[in-house]
Amino acid sequence: MCIFRQPSNIVDATDTSDPDYYHRVVDCQWACPAHTDVPEYIRLIAQGRFTEAYLVNRESNVFPGILGRVCDRPCEPACRRGRVEDKPVAICRLKRVAADQREDITTRLPKIPKVKNGKRIACIGAGCASLTVANDLLPLGYEVTMFERYGVPGGLMRSNIPAFRLPESVLDEEIGMILGMGVDLRLGTSVESLRALLEDGRFDAVFVGSGAPKGKELRLPGRDEAAANVHIGISWLESVAFGHIGHIGERVLIIGVGNTAMDCCRTSLRLGARQVKVMARKPRGFFKASPWELEDAEEEHVEILVNRAPKAFVVQNGRLEGMRFDCMEYELDARGRILCERVTGEEFLPADDVILAIGQENAFPWIERDLGIEFDKWDVPVIDPRTFQSTRAGVFFGGDAAFGPKNIIWAVEQGHQAAISIHRHCQGEPLGERLPAGVTLSSRKMGMHEWSYANDYAPIERRLMPHVSLKERFKNLNIEVELGFTAEQAAEEAQRCLNCDVQTVFAAKLCIECDACIDICPVDCLTITANGAQAQLRTRLKAPAQNLAQPLYVSAALPQTGRVMVKDEDLCVHCGLCAERCPTAAWDMQKSHVHWPHAADEARVLEARKPKIA
Amino acid sequence: MTFIAKPKVTHPSLPQNALGLTRRAYEGALSTLCAGCGHDSITAAIVEACWRLSIEPQNLVKLSGIGCSSKTTAYFVSGAHGFNAVHGRMPSIAMGANAANRRLSYIGVSGDGDTLSIGLGQFCHAVRRNLDMLYMIENNGVYGLTKGQFSASADVGTRAKKGETNLQPPIDPVLLALDLGATFVARGFSGDKRQLVPLIEAGLKHRGFALIDVLSPCVTFNDHEGSTKSYAYTREHYEPAVLADFVPSEAPITVDYGAGEAREVTLHDGSRIVLRKIDSGYDPTDRAAAAAAVQARMSSGEYLTGLIYVDPGEERPDFHQINGTPEEPLNALPYEQLSPGSAGLRKVLARYR
Repeated sequence: MCIFRQPSNIVDATDTSDPDYYHRVVDCQWACPAHTDVPEYIRLIAQGRFTEAYLVNRESNVFPGILGRVCDRPCEPACRRGRVEDKPVAICRLKRVAADQREDITTRLPKIPKVKNGKRIACIGAGCASLTVANDLLPLGYEVTMFERYGVPGGLMRSNIPAFRLPESVLDEEIGMILGMGVDLRLGTSVESLRALLEDGRFDAVFVGSGAPKGKELRLPGRDEAAANVHIGISWLESVAFGHIGHIGERVLIIGVGNTAMDCCRTSLRLGARQVKVMARKPRGFFKASPWELEDAEEEHVEILVNRAPKAFVVQNGRLEGMRFDCMEYELDARGRILCERVTGEEFLPADDVILAIGQENAFPWIERDLGIEFDKWDVPVIDPRTFQSTRAGVFFGGDAAFGPKNIIWAVEQGHQAAISIHRHCQGEPLGERLPAGVTLSSRKMGMHEWSYANDYAPIERRLMPHVSLKERFKNLNIEVELGFTAEQAAEEAQRCLNCDVQTVFAAKLCIECDACIDICPVDCLTITANGAQAQLRTRLKAPAQNLAQPLYVSAALPQTGRVMVKDEDLCVHCGLCAERCPTAAWDMQKSHVHWPHAADEARVLEARKPKIA
Repeated sequence: MTFIAKPKVTHPSLPQNALGLTRRAYEGALSTLCAGCGHDSITAAIVEACWRLSIEPQNLVKLSGIGCSSKTTAYFVSGAHGFNAVHGRMPSIAMGANAANRRLSYIGVSGDGDTLSIGLGQFCHAVRRNLDMLYMIENNGVYGLTKGQFSASADVGTRAKKGETNLQPPIDPVLLALDLGATFVARGFSGDKRQLVPLIEAGLKHRGFALIDVLSPCVTFNDHEGSTKSYAYTREHYEPAVLADFVPSEAPITVDYGAGEAREVTLHDGSRIVLRKIDSGYDPTDRAAAAAAVQARMSSGEYLTGLIYVDPGEERPDFHQINGTPEEPLNALPYEQLSPGSAGLRKVLARYR
C-alpha cells in the first residue's frame, strides 16, 4: 500500500513553453517596457565586457548612456534582490557604467543599405520615440525625414532634463549614432498642418512623436497679475536649457512633487535661488517623484512641505509677494488611501518666483480633425495600444504623444512597436499578425559542480553613487552631479545580481522524490505536495508564499507518488543548489533568452517568406 | 555531494521558535554525502524537530560512530556538543556523557553497519539499560562508504547493484529493540518528513531509550530495481500503523480528533504524543502485538512504520533511576561532593574488609 498516491489531475502542470513564463521570472526584464536583457548585460559588466554590455542594452533601449542616468527604472522596484534584502540591484547605474566604459561601437552599429527600399517615412518631432523609429527602419532601407521645431534634436530629453543630470555630450553622442545612419533631419521646422504633410504624398507613413509639450496651468486668484514671476515648469526648464533664462529669485516655491518639480527645484538652486521649497498637496506616500530624485533634491537642502494646497498668488504693487496655501489634514485607511480630507488652516509663504510643475499634456493644434484621425472626449487621439496606429491607416503615434507623459523607456518601446507596424504597413502585411515573443533555454551545466555563471550569493549591500560635493556642484549649471560607479563599485554591484535568467528547469519524470532540493534550498521555495488549486497549494508550502503577484510553478505528477513539485518563484535566488543536489538531474539551471521581436526580426521573417527567383 | 555552500540568505518571513531562532540557526556544516542521499533528508528532519522543540543548541549532544550515517552529526545544529566515537562504540560514549550530565538532550545517529554489525553488542546493552537518549539508525541496507556490500539489515532476496542476491536473513532493529524491552520504538522513512519530524520530537522528549529506525535509501549503491531499500520500493511497501503528532507541554491540542480515533500518551515533562490509528486493531502500547504486527508485515515484504511501540506511562526505570545518577551535572557539583577524600575512601574500602 502506498499512502502517498494522490489524484494528480486537479491542476494542470505549469506550461513553461509559454514564453511569458520564464520571462516573468526575470522580474527586471519583465518590468522593463523595452524588455532589456538586464542579467545578461550585468554579467557582461562583471566580465569587464563593457562594449558588449552596451550593445545588449542598445538593442532594446537604444539610449543606454541617457537611460543609465535618467531612466525611471521600473526594473529596480521589481528586482528580486529587493525582496530578499532591502535594496534592489543598482541596475540603472550599472547601465551607465557600460555606457561610460565602452569602446567605440561605430563598426558594430547596424549597416545601412546603399540601395533603399523606396519607402519614405515622416517622423514628427526628434525625441526618443521618433529617433527609435528611425533607428529601427533605416537599417531596413527606409528613408526617414524628421521634422523638429527647435534647432537641436533630442526633444524633452534635451529641453526638460537639466544638464547636471544628463550632460549634453552624452545626448549628442547617442542621438548622433542614429542621425548618422542617414536621417533627413529638418531642424527648426514645425509641422503646422498634418493635412499638408499627408497630401504632399511623399511619405508612405507618418509617425507622430511630438511628445507632451504643454505644461498644466494653475488658475488661481492673482495668477495673471503675477504672470511675470510664475513659470510653467517644463517651459521654464526648456528656456534654461536653451539659455534664454539665466537666473531666478532668491525664494522659490515649486508647486507639485513629481520628477519635473525635482528638476525645477535643483535647477533653481543653480540659478541663484537660496531658499527653495517644494509644495505638496498630499502626504509623502503620494509623491509622484522617484525616490532617488527626492533624495537627490533633499541632499541639496530643498525643503519639501506636505499637506499644503495652493489657494492664491499674493501680489502687491504688481509684484509677486508669495502664495497662500490651505493646510490640509487627511484621514487614511489601512492601505494608505485617503478616506477624507479637512482644511485645518491657512499659511502664507513669501516667494520671488513660483514654478508650476503639476503635469503636462500632449497637444495637437496642428492636426486637422477631419483627417480620419479620431480624438476621444479628452481630445486625445485614439491609438491602438498594440500597433500604435491611429484610426487613419499609415499614421502612427508613439511616446508621450500617444498615451500622455511617461518616461523615455516607454517612448522607446512604443517607437519599436510603431516601427514594426510601419514596416508591416509599408510591406502590405496586416499590422496585428506580428511575430510573437519567444524564449530559448540552454543549460549552464559545465561538469561536476561547475556552472557557467556566478551562482554564489554575494552578501554585499547596494553600492552608493558618489556625488560631486555640495560645494562644487553649484558652480556651474552643467556640472554632472552623479560621478558614476568606480570600477570597484561596478564589480561589486554586478555581483549582487541574482542571475534570474538562469532558470530552474524541472523534469518531473526524472524525479525520485528524495527531497534533496527541498532540504538544500536556502530560501525554502520548494515543496513536494499533493496537487491542488494555487490558492490551496499556497497554504501547504514549506515557507509562506505571500506574494500573490508571483506565480507558483507546479510540475507534472511525479512518477513515484503522483504528488507534484511546487516552486514559489518569488524568492528564488537562482543559486542552483537544487540542480547541484539533484541526483537524477531532474533540476537543471538553464539560461533563458527572451526574444522580443523588433522591426529587423519582422523584416527577416517577411524576407524569408518571399518566393526566391532563381 | 557538492562543494557549493548553502548561502546564508534566508526567506525573509521564516518563522521563529520560542528562542527567537529560525530553522536556519539549527543547520550545520555542508553535507559531503552523495546528492540525493536519504541521510540528508533525515538531517533536515532533525533540524526541523530541534527548531520546533526550541532546544538551545548548547543543550544538545550529538553522538555517532563510523559510516555515512555517522558523518551527518556534523550537518545539523553546529552549536551543539558532538562526539564521533570509534566504529560501533557510540552507545558507550553516550552512556558516559549521560551519566555525567542528565540535563542535556542526547541524540545518537548511527547506521545499519554501525549498529547491527560491529556495534550490535553495544546497541543491545544501551536498549537494556534504557539509556536516556534518542538513537536513530539511518538504515539503507548497504555499506555505502565501502562501495555497497550488503549490510546486516539487507533483506533476503534483495539484489546488489552488481546483481548478486542476498541470501542471509536481516537483523531487524525494531524487533530486536522490542525484544530487549525498549520503551519507545519507531520506524520512519527519509522521504516522509511529515511522519518523521514528530517522531524525532517525541523521541527527544521521551525519558529512556527511544529508537527510530529510518529507512534511508542509498542513492548511489541501493536505489536500483531489485533493491528492497530503494526510494521506489520503500514508497510501495510502506505502511504506517499509527500517525503520531507531538504536542509540547505548553500547547493546547488544536486539531480536533474524532471520538475513539486518537489516543494520548503523556510524557514525563507534560508533553504529549497523540496517536492516531490507521489500522483500527493496532495497539501501540501492546509490546507483543506490536512485535507480531511488524513480523506479519515483514513476511509479506512490507515495512510497518510510525510509532510502533511506546511504554504508556514511561513506567520502566531508565538508566538514571537504575544507577542512581545525580540530578546535578558532575561539572556543577562542588569538589567535596565529587571527591570523597581519603577519609571517604577508607570508608568505602572498609565495606570490603
